[in-house]
Amino acid sequence: MSVTGIGASVRRKEDVRFVTGKGRYTDDINRPGQAHAYFLRSPHAHATINNIDLSAALKMPGVVAVYTGDDIAADKVGGLICGWMIHSKDGSPMKAGAHPALAQGKVRYVGDHVAVVIADKLSQARDAAEKIVVDYGVLPAIVDPAMAVGADAKIHDAAPDNTVYNWHLGDKAATDAAFARAAHVTRLDLVNNRLSPNAMEPRAAVGDYDEGTDGLTLYTTSQNPHVARLVLSAFIGLAPEHKFRVIAPDVGGGFGSKIFIYAEETVCVWAARKVRRPVKWTSDRTEAFLSDAHGRDHVTHAELALDAYGKILGLRAHTTANLGAYLSTFSSSVPTYLYAPLLSGQYDIPAIYAEVDAVYTNTAPVDAYRGAGRPEATFVVERLVEIAARETGKDPAAFRRQNFVTSFPHQTPVIMCYDGGDYNASLTKALEIADYANIGKRKAEAASRGKLRGIGISAYIEACGIAPSAAVGSLGAGVGLWESAEVRVNPIGTVEILTGSHSHGQGHETTFAQLVSERLGVPIDNVAIIHGDTDKVQMGMGTYGSRSGAVGMSAIVKALDKIEAKAKKVAGHCLEASPDDIEFKDGKFTVKGTDKSIDFPSVALQAYIAHKFNGQELEPGLKESAFWDPTNFTFPAGVHICELEVDPQTGVTTIVKWTAVDDFGNLINPMIVEGQVHGGIAQGVGQALFEGAVYTKDGQLVTASFMDYQMPRADNLPSYNIAITKTPCPSNPLGIKGCGEAGAIAAPPAVINALTDALGHEDIAMPASPLAVWRAARKTMAMKKAAE
Amino acid sequence: MPTVSMTVNGKPVTGEVDSRTLLVQFLRETLRMTGTHVGCDTSQCGCCVVHIDGDAVKSCTTLALSCEGAKVTTIEGLANGDQLHPMQEAFRENHGLQCGFCTPGMIMTAVELVGRKGHNLDEKTIREELEGNLCRCTGYHNIVKAIAAGAQAMGAKA
Ligand code: FES
Ligand code: FES
Repeated sequence: MSVTGIGASVRRKEDVRFVTGKGRYTDDINRPGQAHAYFLRSPHAHATINNIDLSAALKMPGVVAVYTGDDIAADKVGGLICGWMIHSKDGSPMKAGAHPALAQGKVRYVGDHVAVVIADKLSQARDAAEKIVVDYGVLPAIVDPAMAVGADAKIHDAAPDNTVYNWHLGDKAATDAAFARAAHVTRLDLVNNRLSPNAMEPRAAVGDYDEGTDGLTLYTTSQNPHVARLVLSAFIGLAPEHKFRVIAPDVGGGFGSKIFIYAEETVCVWAARKVRRPVKWTSDRTEAFLSDAHGRDHVTHAELALDAYGKILGLRAHTTANLGAYLSTFSSSVPTYLYAPLLSGQYDIPAIYAEVDAVYTNTAPVDAYRGAGRPEATFVVERLVEIAARETGKDPAAFRRQNFVTSFPHQTPVIMCYDGGDYNASLTKALEIADYANIGKRKAEAASRGKLRGIGISAYIEACGIAPSAAVGSLGAGVGLWESAEVRVNPIGTVEILTGSHSHGQGHETTFAQLVSERLGVPIDNVAIIHGDTDKVQMGMGTYGSRSGAVGMSAIVKALDKIEAKAKKVAGHCLEASPDDIEFKDGKFTVKGTDKSIDFPSVALQAYIAHKFNGQELEPGLKESAFWDPTNFTFPAGVHICELEVDPQTGVTTIVKWTAVDDFGNLINPMIVEGQVHGGIAQGVGQALFEGAVYTKDGQLVTASFMDYQMPRADNLPSYNIAITKTPCPSNPLGIKGCGEAGAIAAPPAVINALTDALGHEDIAMPASPLAVWRAARKTMAMKKAAE
Repeated sequence: MPTVSMTVNGKPVTGEVDSRTLLVQFLRETLRMTGTHVGCDTSQCGCCVVHIDGDAVKSCTTLALSCEGAKVTTIEGLANGDQLHPMQEAFRENHGLQCGFCTPGMIMTAVELVGRKGHNLDEKTIREELEGNLCRCTGYHNIVKAIAAGAQAMGAKA
């Protein structure tokens, strides 16, 4: 391992610009002559729009234009789409209600887009929006997914009972048979709480129109600018792709919320052409709470069947998934194919059956948020397993071990074929670091101080590196999920990598350069990573689902293989040897068994000046590209252990120790991997203890600011103990599994298992706020009293 | 429109502002210094922290006009040419940032914290002092490490 190669904790190349304030985020971009957009949003969860009077607004100072859904319709701007087709049990396609970028005739959630005001200054646009008079006919609203079917609120004509689909996976008969012969059945009702993603950088868009070329440019906070261009071109119809450039510059965190194609960027780029001026919009935090796609929001009943020895026989689950008022870009896939196939967890479960009813409600659209379906599945599995162990009087760690998958490949009953792993190794290591054996002593010591101490295990698995294109196509995906790469070697031997992956905090400028440095022997500073611009990178699928390492870097490896093969030919001509006799190592091409060699930059130069070979037989230049289509999902897995203390007097929960042992396969940069785990855990702990997006019954979002929605802060989190185990992934050339979501997936059940261990009962839901914990602790105290 | 004059990163600046213009808008829009970020609208996130006459202040909650005659330091004013400030260096060295959006505010908060509480900062103090700064990426672990290390480095330099 060199100091900058694969496996080294190289300090990040991008950091100098970020720590000096020289990052360039979308809101930092200002185009000459730009106007500002402000969206008038619905104050009602559900209402008809009877009339909109713009006359006063249009007379306000600085106003350039005001548009409504009528203008969108008149220009035949297509609606926002959902790109994953799910079929119901009966074979019928999901019921997708129309989703115009500006509301047409009806609003369906608080924050829905009613009109846009474009003015010279943002303050003028805001002031003018206040002068728009909208005559609403308020309709009944529904926010609770469990009550959506048959509610008075009829949200979309296309879905008369508010049902998007009734989907299922697995073998019902086999699973029912497993339950019929079970010695013990564990039953669990749970809610997976709705979350606001809250990347610190709010979404933003600048639309720009060039009259000379009839070309559109959109600067936007996107995790996948090419997919944005594809959707905005092919479906929404703003401009053909060759006249449409999408740039996602530095992006301040995504966590899923910046995958999707939203109304605001659609309107900015459409309006830029109409007003013949650049149009800029930056979300404020309240707008972000209202209109960024939320995450999770499942209501689930689940059961686990055990035989008399504690071996798991079967699992079944029924989930109602709230998809909000409209289907967001990938929303339909999250509670289906990103969820139920993970219900086997790390366990050998012979029979699994899951039913998912997805419903519309008068709330913001719900889509992928860090982990996307996998945290929901893991919460179901790890809560069930924990409770089953407790109910049958087994040690939760030993119970897990008894049921682990131990040989690979392992075909689960729900699509996935686990290709490798060592679940026992992670558990053993985690128990050791957590000093699990001595928890009894620590509980007693805490009790002597009047505190309730608990420990909770979460053995998670996720499916990352999404995904084999044909496989996801057969499951309803509207796109392929390969990745592209282009390697351009310049004549002086510096290298540019163009990638379809997009970095919004993951550090690709460093990790991708480490790969190139290792392979080509060039200094890391001589490698530039270019991403996020559809004019530079031809096509790509972007970054989500922990796919940039496993899929994005695999594409780079494939292109580097081609570079090496071509460079060997050039080197062969320079060294007067056959390419087959050339070895490439540490940046040097050597004729096998001789000391005749030439270094990589010299070969690059020779490739371009093309004096030493026949340009008809060997093309000049050194540039190659590749598309990598994964052969399988990857399966990162690990064990997180949370140890915490509850103060029954105040209900405050303090995490005293966090242990994480993860198997991500091979690591490119351990420092960056650890950082990803830290951030994921914080989000998972946030879900378990603090965060929850709450609507009133009539659909007002109560948690629309950081004063009302509790984000995890530095002083309510611990430092983390992080370790790894390593089974290289057999399904890609670098052996990478992916690490971006693990913490967010593992953490919620670890916290709740610890909390319920401390409390001595299962009666607590997420987020376990101090008030909820205080109430639960009173029950604990009452139980203790009764037992005395 | 009224005008306001102040010193930003050692340079005198004057600009026309609305009476409702916030300092962060003056910095970002009038001066086009975009290192200071806006992450919220309720003075909660700290992405916008700058120093005004040496105090760490949320520039999203400060009227530009109230800074008449003040000495303002932003993230752009911290490094000495190509030489990073020790706190900037510590964030880089300890991987105290991922997307970088919260980072300018974190660093400005941290530098002022060292001024108030000295160079030997324990984890608890740092975590408590960060109550006005949110980060969604790092889980704070490495930010806490970075600030402790940066505080030490600032001491060694002094
Ligand atoms: S932008 Fe100033 S505190 Fe959030
Ligand atoms: S590094 Fe992204 S918000 Fe802190």
